[in-house]
Amino acid sequence: MQLNREELLQSYRTMCTIREFEERVHTEFSEGGIPGFVHLYAGEEASAVGVCSHLDDRDNIASTHRGHGHCIAKGCDVVGMMKEIFGRGDGLCGGKGGSMHIADLSRGMMGANGIVGGGPPLICGAALTAKTLKTGGVAVAFVGDGASNQGTTLESFNLAKVWNLPVIFVVEDNGYAEATASAWSVAGTQAKRAAAFGMTAHELDGNDFFAIHQAAGEVIERARDGGGPSLLHVKLTRYFGHFEGDAMSYRAPGEVETARRERDPLKFFRQRVTAAGLLEPAQLDGIESEVRSLIDQSVSLSKSAPAPSPERLLTDVYVSY
Amino acid sequence: MTSEIKALAMPKWGLAMTEGAVTAWLVEEGATLREGDEILEIETTKITNVYESPAAGTLRRRVVAAGETVPVGALLGVVADASVPDTEIDAFVARFQEEFSVEAAASAEAAGPEPRFVDAGGQRLRYLVMGDGKGEEGVAPLVLIHGFGGDLNNWQFNQPMLAEDRPVYALDLPGHGGSAKHGVVGGVPELARAVRDFLNALGIQRAHLGGHSMGGAVALHLAAEEPARVASVTLVCSAGLGHDINIDYIEGFIAADRRKEMKSVLETLFADASLVSRDMVEELLKYKRLDGVASALRAIADASFADGRQSHVLVDRLEGVGAPVQAVWGAADRIIPAAHARTVPAERRHVLDGAGHMVHMEKAGEFNRLMSDFMSMA
Amino acid sequence: MSKKSYRQAINEALAQEMRRDPTVIVMGEDNVGGMGAPGEDDAWGGVLGVTKGLMPEFGRDRVLDTPITESAFIGAAVGAAATGLRPVAELMFVDFLGVCFDQIFNQAAKFRYMFGGKAVTPVVIRTMYGAGFRAASQHSQCLYPIFTHIPGLKVVVPSSAYEAKGLLIQSIRDNDPVIFLEHKVLYDEIEEVPDEPYTIPFGEANLTREGDHVTIVALGRMVGFANKAADMLEKEGITCTVVDPRTTSPLDEDTIIEAVEDTGRLVVVDEASPRCGMAADISALVAQSAFKALKAPILMVTPPHTPVPFAPELEDAYIPTPDKIADAVRRVMA
Repeated sequence: MQLNREELLQSYRTMCTIREFEERVHTEFSEGGIPGFVHLYAGEEASAVGVCSHLDDRDNIASTHRGHGHCIAKGCDVVGMMKEIFGRGDGLCGGKGGSMHIADLSRGMMGANGIVGGGPPLICGAALTAKTLKTGGVAVAFVGDGASNQGTTLESFNLAKVWNLPVIFVVEDNGYAEATASAWSVAGTQAKRAAAFGMTAHELDGNDFFAIHQAAGEVIERARDGGGPSLLHVKLTRYFGHFEGDAMSYRAPGEVETARRERDPLKFFRQRVTAAGLLEPAQLDGIESEVRSLIDQSVSLSKSAPAPSPERLLTDVYVSY
Repeated sequence: MTSEIKALAMPKWGLAMTEGAVTAWLVEEGATLREGDEILEIETTKITNVYESPAAGTLRRRVVAAGETVPVGALLGVVADASVPDTEIDAFVARFQEEFSVEAAASAEAAGPEPRFVDAGGQRLRYLVMGDGKGEEGVAPLVLIHGFGGDLNNWQFNQPMLAEDRPVYALDLPGHGGSAKHGVVGGVPELARAVRDFLNALGIQRAHLGGHSMGGAVALHLAAEEPARVASVTLVCSAGLGHDINIDYIEGFIAADRRKEMKSVLETLFADASLVSRDMVEELLKYKRLDGVASALRAIADASFADGRQSHVLVDRLEGVGAPVQAVWGAADRIIPAAHARTVPAERRHVLDGAGHMVHMEKAGEFNRLMSDFMSMA
Repeated sequence: MSKKSYRQAINEALAQEMRRDPTVIVMGEDNVGGMGAPGEDDAWGGVLGVTKGLMPEFGRDRVLDTPITESAFIGAAVGAAATGLRPVAELMFVDFLGVCFDQIFNQAAKFRYMFGGKAVTPVVIRTMYGAGFRAASQHSQCLYPIFTHIPGLKVVVPSSAYEAKGLLIQSIRDNDPVIFLEHKVLYDEIEEVPDEPYTIPFGEANLTREGDHVTIVALGRMVGFANKAADMLEKEGITCTVVDPRTTSPLDEDTIIEAVEDTGRLVVVDEASPRCGMAADISALVAQSAFKALKAPILMVTPPHTPVPFAPELEDAYIPTPDKIADAVRRVMA
């Protein structure tokens, strides 16, 4: 699964966009400009981008409460997302969803989800649609290690297998379900769980975009060809707390700093492509600076955008009532 | 006068009627009656109407009291000549009551006329036929054609009585009642073609036609196109005689999908708005809920009442209709003005007071006599 | 037009909509029956035979048996609806709601609002409810008030075969998530039902009769009971208007209020538990909007606030009856 130069540039741009977006939300949140609470995806970029770079608009994904990265990787409008997180009337969901409910069904993004384990059953449905209407589409459920213990996830493993659905379950294991270590909360292993349901599974280093991209490409292609569901277990590091404001007292001292320094997925990507002579550092620098101005622009537009008008309280409950 | 004793039995008005309530007696026991005199009022779940004396004589007994509800076929009262002894009357009542049972009435009802279906020119049409013309050869049957949004039940107070003299067919036009709802296009000419196909399918060579409202225009169109097949035409509050039409009624009927809207729309059909019952409203809503009805009504309305006017005015074709034509109208018609009746010669037009667009329901007795007399002369 | 049972009416609605629209699919536990088993195909057609015959006509791709996995398949129905199908999923007994509620009230109900009006989720969840089957506490509840409480859901409680067919076709064509509650005791009740497809609009109450003295509002199986009570009362000179709201969400508030304004008295009959139930809700509505029209206090006829018992004597004592309804009417007339 060789990536051409264009694809490499696009993948790097998307990972950078996620990183810059999250770092900036972190800053803006601490300054008090963002209502509610947010869960940031920084450090996990290679997973979303490694998987979603194989997908197009006929494919659906379901995300989690930590959903910004999946949204960006699936093509949601970044300015619209930022406005949504600021609660603005012209946000991607009109300011009615916020960080945990960003969705764009026209891009096959079925929503970040405030319910841990909410996505896998929905994604079985999206896969059923693809299978019934023979669209050739696949459906990807991103879940965390926390959701991997929910009955909905395990029931969905079974249903996807029994119905032979084109589903990929991506377990993004950042080591913690909220403040509880996955080393303690998950019995057995993700791969053995998948094997018990008769699904192929890959254990992947979440910092290695290329490994994720390679494995995702294989299982997605198999699913498109009617080969049924698979599971990817991606081990990664979240750079921020479970939510913004989390003091992370349950983590080892220096844990995040070490990861950022030694195993950062963006740095890893840069090293690989420049060492192989596939891209020039200047190209990557250029992308970073373009991304920075996009995020700057999204924040300044969000700050000046109007709040939803009061009558929007009552709209969009039903198509008709 | 004969010594015949005549039973007044609960009539069956409409396919769904199983029982009726006597709401009021209009004459006392001992009153002298002519045939057609109004004797009592009956209320069904759908409508209230008067019961007319089937014969001349004296009202000898009122068997059912006002306020009572009894099944179809039950004895309401007895008419006989004053000379018939009371003992005979009592014996007649006793015998009737002994022989009558609800179960028997119910099974007789089941054996009674049921609507049938016929494939007419590729369309499945529902119709109800009553009467055999007393077996007389050569008696032209009557074919009754309802109006826009109506069905064969609109003739429930007419068809049984008119069937005493000849076979009477009431059909559902395409898009209406129990007939096919899909593929309905066009207006009066297309519907007239469907009626012609109906006659062909049933092997009816020549018939009297009775058409209500839009059904009148259909009858007239058919009579003009196929004069040899039409013995007479009775136009009832008919379309086709002028451009005026209450387009608010047409559009209101098409739009109404809620009980309240439908009730207020239907009230414009009657001089006495209280005749619009819960069941009548419900029955029409049930019809309108069927797949295909909305588009069929829309197609017919677009072809027949574009720009708020009648599209098919056939006055200049009246000459070409060889058969005699009469018009019967309700003076209080709020759908098509009674003034349109003036296109028919004075001696053949009848504008009845106290009736609206549904003159054949509101003034059923008078209407039935006018129709019956007209057809026997034609 | 022919006589059909409530069960046949529902089956016919499903079959006609599946013929009309290839995106309509049916799924549920044993909706076909016998999947993977050595016996006959289409072995069950649902636990009470409602979906029998669909698989032979439409095939296993459109009539899906599911494992016993309500969270997964109800969620899958919701996800399929959001991506282009019109699934009719059967949650066998409404009591099983407890294992899939998230998929209904956090996902299906809220997509459209959370996503700023950009989601359409035309899913129908058919489910059996109600006491009278000697099925005890976990197979007999009337949980429609719980769904009614959730904005974003539509809730349909058909009272007869005619109602069931028209309301189910409307549910399938409707673009919002619909919970369609079938009373299992009504399955063999028969009435005239048109052979053609038809729709009954939501939020339009039915008046099964009109009277002068008391308005009875009743839902589902209780509509028939209210009519029986009204028949008995008519012989005593008390005439009743019986209102069947048909849908608890949307609720036809106007018809209820107008009926109470006409009669001045209200008895609400609900087979659901009394606290936060439809009887309480409708009573509150009338107290708020038609208080001045009331000539007597509103009475609610509901079961006691207990689970549904098993022993026949206890279950019979639990369920509202025509006699209990008639008693309540006499009390508001006193």
